[in-house]
Amino acid sequence: MKIGGYLCTGCGIGDRLDTKSLESVAVREGRIGFCKTHDFLCSQAGVDMIKADMALEGDDQVTKAVIMACSRRAKTESFNFGAVPTARVNLREGVIWIRPEGSEHDETTQEMAADYIRMGCAEVKAMQQADASGEQGKNNHIMVVGGGITGMTAALEASKAGYYASIIEKSDRLGGVMGQLKQRQPEHSPFQNPQDTGVAALIAAVEADDKITVYLSSTIAKTAGAPGRFEVDIASTVGAGTHAEFGAIVQATGFTPYDANNLPEFSYGKSPNVVTQLELEALARAAGDGPIKRADGKVVENVVFVQCAGQRSTKEGHLSYCSGHCCATSIKQAMYFKDTNPDIETTVLFDDIRTPGAGGENFYRSAQDKFVTFRKGKVSTVDVKGNDLQVNFKDLILDEDAHMGADLVVLATGMLPNSGTDIDTMKDKDESGEVKVSVQSILNLNYRQGPDMPQLVNGFTDSHFICFPYETRRTGIYSAGPVRRPMDAAQAQTDAMGAVMKAIQAIENSAIGRAAHPRSGDLSFPSFRKEGCTQCKRCTVECPFGAIDENEKGYPQYNEARCRRCGTCMGACPVQVISFKNYSIETVGAQLKAVDVPDEFQEKPRILVLACENDAYPALDMAAMKRNESSAFIRVIPVRCLGSTNTIWIKDALGSGYDGVVMMGCKKGADYQCHFVKGSEMAHVRMAKIGDTLSTMNLEAERVAVHEVAITDIDRAPKLLDEMVAVINRVGLSPFKF
Amino acid sequence: MTTAVNQAMVEKYKGNFLKEVTDNVEEGNWVKMCMQCGVCSGSCPLGPHWDHPPQELFMMIRANKRDEVLSSTSMWMCTSCYNCVARCPRGLPITHIMHGLAHYGKRMGMKPKNQPTEKFGQMFWDNLIKKGRVNELKLGLGLYFKDGFAEGLKVSMGKQKLGMNMMKAKRMSPMEMLGGHGVSDLSGFHAMLKKAEELEAARVGANTDAK
Ligand code: SF4
Ligand code: SF4
Ligand code: SF4
Ligand code: SF4
Repeated sequence: MKIGGYLCTGCGIGDRLDTKSLESVAVREGRIGFCKTHDFLCSQAGVDMIKADMALEGDDQVTKAVIMACSRRAKTESFNFGAVPTARVNLREGVIWIRPEGSEHDETTQEMAADYIRMGCAEVKAMQQADASGEQGKNNHIMVVGGGITGMTAALEASKAGYYASIIEKSDRLGGVMGQLKQRQPEHSPFQNPQDTGVAALIAAVEADDKITVYLSSTIAKTAGAPGRFEVDIASTVGAGTHAEFGAIVQATGFTPYDANNLPEFSYGKSPNVVTQLELEALARAAGDGPIKRADGKVVENVVFVQCAGQRSTKEGHLSYCSGHCCATSIKQAMYFKDTNPDIETTVLFDDIRTPGAGGENFYRSAQDKFVTFRKGKVSTVDVKGNDLQVNFKDLILDEDAHMGADLVVLATGMLPNSGTDIDTMKDKDESGEVKVSVQSILNLNYRQGPDMPQLVNGFTDSHFICFPYETRRTGIYSAGPVRRPMDAAQAQTDAMGAVMKAIQAIENSAIGRAAHPRSGDLSFPSFRKEGCTQCKRCTVECPFGAIDENEKGYPQYNEARCRRCGTCMGACPVQVISFKNYSIETVGAQLKAVDVPDEFQEKPRILVLACENDAYPALDMAAMKRNESSAFIRVIPVRCLGSTNTIWIKDALGSGYDGVVMMGCKKGADYQCHFVKGSEMAHVRMAKIGDTLSTMNLEAERVAVHEVAITDIDRAPKLLDEMVAVINRVGLSPFKF
Repeated sequence: MTTAVNQAMVEKYKGNFLKEVTDNVEEGNWVKMCMQCGVCSGSCPLGPHWDHPPQELFMMIRANKRDEVLSSTSMWMCTSCYNCVARCPRGLPITHIMHGLAHYGKRMGMKPKNQPTEKFGQMFWDNLIKKGRVNELKLGLGLYFKDGFAEGLKVSMGKQKLGMNMMKAKRMSPMEMLGGHGVSDLSGFHAMLKKAEELEAARVGANTDAK
């Protein structure tokens, strides 16, 4: 076994640094086998040189490498040596690009480079080769929960891609809400007229597809396992249950219409002539090609559509959000009337018309062209006047109270996601007055953390809205359609395609033991040292992805195919027994200990920076590309997620004479941007408690700072480091130097 | 003040003013396409000085406020700067609609009283049809004296220097006072106008014929 060091002198590194002395730092202090320099390390010649060393036999074979060149985020392809543990030492973005030129800076810049080399050497020694666990299986079958258009589209797309799908539908027919509609909004140019829903054709396609199995009147009694090996018990209300195995799951359970009984001010329930949009669809279907009649048989001649009925409202019991489809739905329904008789008065009373996409906009125009009247007004009440109705509203353009008669009023009510039990609110019931549909668990996950997926605000399944919209917090389970966010049919179908592609990715990745995003390709997985485990269950609880169960003996049971390799469990473990082969308490701990902390008389502080590799580290790299100057006293260590930072690192750093610690993770909270959802939040919680440690050490609380940094914080991130330098200047150097 | 043709229109459209505008106002068929974004009102340099900026007028049309719209002074305030047309996301020819509405209101006998633009328009027209050419001297003086003799005298004295300069530069001739020059075929011009009037009357007539 041999560790090879490779120092690049290209990109100006050789001009700015004394590379001869760095070579000897690597070999003598880093204690690696040798250190070779190359003036263009990422070139074919440079890479071939490294590969040749790795191809040697016996004791000469290089089995671990330290690349001392650019940031680990650059040249990832060139410096990818498969399973060979490789540490990257960032001399370019991390040192020369952030340090000013001039002889007065040379000493500290050189020290910085030397430290990073010591750190890289220390890290690689603590690293081990990562291999897949061997527990993975491959299963080409996708379970699709929900037989509406989202579910059917997902199943058909899976089949087209060569995979198998099973649709589990709780009712006795396919079609979902779309199946109850007369027509849908047009999907193609010129977007002028409502068109067939296409549901019958979808059902026929599903039924004719021999790669798709349909379970009607069925629900899921139990889901166990992990991506690649989900074990599902399917219960049936009409027959015997089934047990089936799946590689991944798409949840397309749609929505429940908002209950219009919450809207007595609009006379819903008081008059049969106040209906919801879905109820109007029934009237329209009953009418066929003839005129639409109300319940008492009268042909409707004057219809008023009330937009945002109980939606986009902060009133208690109302929905705060827009359901995204209702404006276009009202437009479509007004056309049902206009297309049978242009003299029927159709008025849409809206607050804001929202018709997403070019198609929606054209459809809106088309309705205006057909003389559908749009009035910007907020409806306060609907009065029953004998057989007819009076709609009272405030005209928002003319700024006056107005009213109009109608023989039918259609309420655009919202949608509530069918996302199952919310495991978060199971614990803390909220007093926010949010509307909740009480639904049974849908997936009945046999997971330690609860039977369904965690939800975002308003009950929609949680996903990383910016980067991984289909991902839920249960790896291998993807949500699509209105259960994910409010949307219309066309969006739901696009969503279905996206989700099924992610499901396929999960199947393929888990089959070879690779992590899902964002560490796609990572073969490492967490393991724990059983003798040290106190069974505190912190890892189980804190894992954002429900990857950890407990075995019969109460020990954590890792399901590595569910694991996203964030390391949050590693950060959580109070006795530090969790580790990955290539990322562990040791790999980071060894790095921070490898830094040469000068004694107090040299007046050179040392500041440890733990930066999230997804956002903060790239932001620092980009700041360096802009040649943003930074202090020579910082030492940055990238971490998988701020959630993986274990307090032991902070204690070790402070105890060994570092003057300050800066942690940079992603935004937390309801609009989080953390790639691992909760990691950054957990880190903040843990670090809030570090104050005790600091006070027992008699250190100032300001020496530890935790920041939320986005990838776009290119100018801000270096400033945060300057701030810590200023703090140290103010409070003085650490008393723990020796 | 309402006219017979106005009555007939009211009768014919029975409260569907949008339809009436669509059928009878120049470019009025565009009114239904307005999406009430308010960009026109925001772009109009004169908007703040009007009772009803364009967006509002269009909403009033949909809300069947016939009398208020047709007797409004707002559309008379339009200076044809075309800011609104350039900016309307729905491509409405707003300026033309404004003029169309003004014209239609006048035709229906509902023009606002003492609206200077309206008065000037009439003056211009009367001046023009006499000779087929605009007599600038008379038009100018007419404008000065539109609010009475005393006021007119005051304005003319104030503009005396401008008038002299224009004469010096041969932009205006005092000779025009004697009747002024006209188009060569004046009777042909008048016949043309008469024909146009007939055509218009026939069109309006067709719209007011009870079906
Ligand atoms: S916390 Fe992260 S690394 Fe640990 S098991 Fe869960 S997903 Fe995997
Ligand atoms: S956090 Fe550590 S000690 Fe606690 S259960 Fe998990 S592995 Fe065991
Ligand atoms: S053209 Fe008329 S309505 Fe349009 S912005 Fe100009 S003055 Fe206003
Ligand atoms: S800019 Fe156009 S669409 Fe917008 S309010 Fe004015 S006329 Fe209507």
